[in-house]
Amino acid sequence: MPDLGKYGFEVLSAYGFSLVLMAGLIWLTWRASRAAVRRLEAAEAQSDEH
Amino acid sequence: MVPVVSAISAVLISVGLVWGFFFTPEDYRMGASVKIIYLHVPSATMAINIWVMMLVTSLVWLVRRHHVSALAAKAAAPIGIVMTLIALFTGAVWGNPIWGTYWAWDPRLTSFMILFLFYLGYMALWAAIEDADTAADLTSVLCIVGSVFAVLSRYAFNFWGQGLHQGASLSLDKEENVSDVFWQPLVLSLVGFGVLFLALVLIRTRTEIRLRRAGALEARGASRHA
Repeated sequence: MPDLGKYGFEVLSAYGFSLVLMAGLIWLTWRASRAAVRRLEAAEAQSDEH
Repeated sequence: MVPVVSAISAVLISVGLVWGFFFTPEDYRMGASVKIIYLHVPSATMAINIWVMMLVTSLVWLVRRHHVSALAAKAAAPIGIVMTLIALFTGAVWGNPIWGTYWAWDPRLTSFMILFLFYLGYMALWAAIEDADTAADLTSVLCIVGSVFAVLSRYAFNFWGQGLHQGASLSLDKEENVSDVFWQPLVLSLVGFGVLFLALVLIRTRTEIRLRRAGALEARGASRHA
């Protein structure tokens, strides 16, 4: 861990906030993608039945 | 393609941030707070460039009525707003020890805050309108109007030449550009953020296309039953 001196709070909070937000965005994108795949598969299966 | 682009972005961002955080020296004026540059500059750059990408795809929608371009703009907006939030937060926590305040109504900061509000409005408009084509039309017009603030966020310093915020950190002018020791990890991080955007917008656009197709199939099934 580098010595951040008197800027420790500023630097760590900037990195923490950014990484949490980016991880959240990636997770939400992945979750929405999976949900869309499932919904389309279900709609196609129902459409094929007819 | 998406897994490859995602892997490249993960490597670039990891190397850029680890290099910048652990292996770069302190700045002689700003001390260790300079390490925030590896997040602040890439996120702010992406926040502006994503709006420009949305402007281009919105114009393609308005001129050519190409549905995928409207969906690509819609898919990009949540990524843009996250980048704007990161830039605003990192800028505020960096500004406090250096300028003595978290916020100032400086031309560049103010236009960036307005850009954030435009992102919010853009996403709210998509969510509020049921008819997809009408939503695409209205959000495209909003995007054109908001582009003024995307340009101002980038060039406010050049237009007014005043305020707390400095000009560009990355420049072809050697005098203006950051020193090489900061420049190398910064460029890696910047490219990594760009490639991450590419990966996310590809996934999100494909998600929007799937949802549109699923909606059409469900509507067709419902009309058969009726």
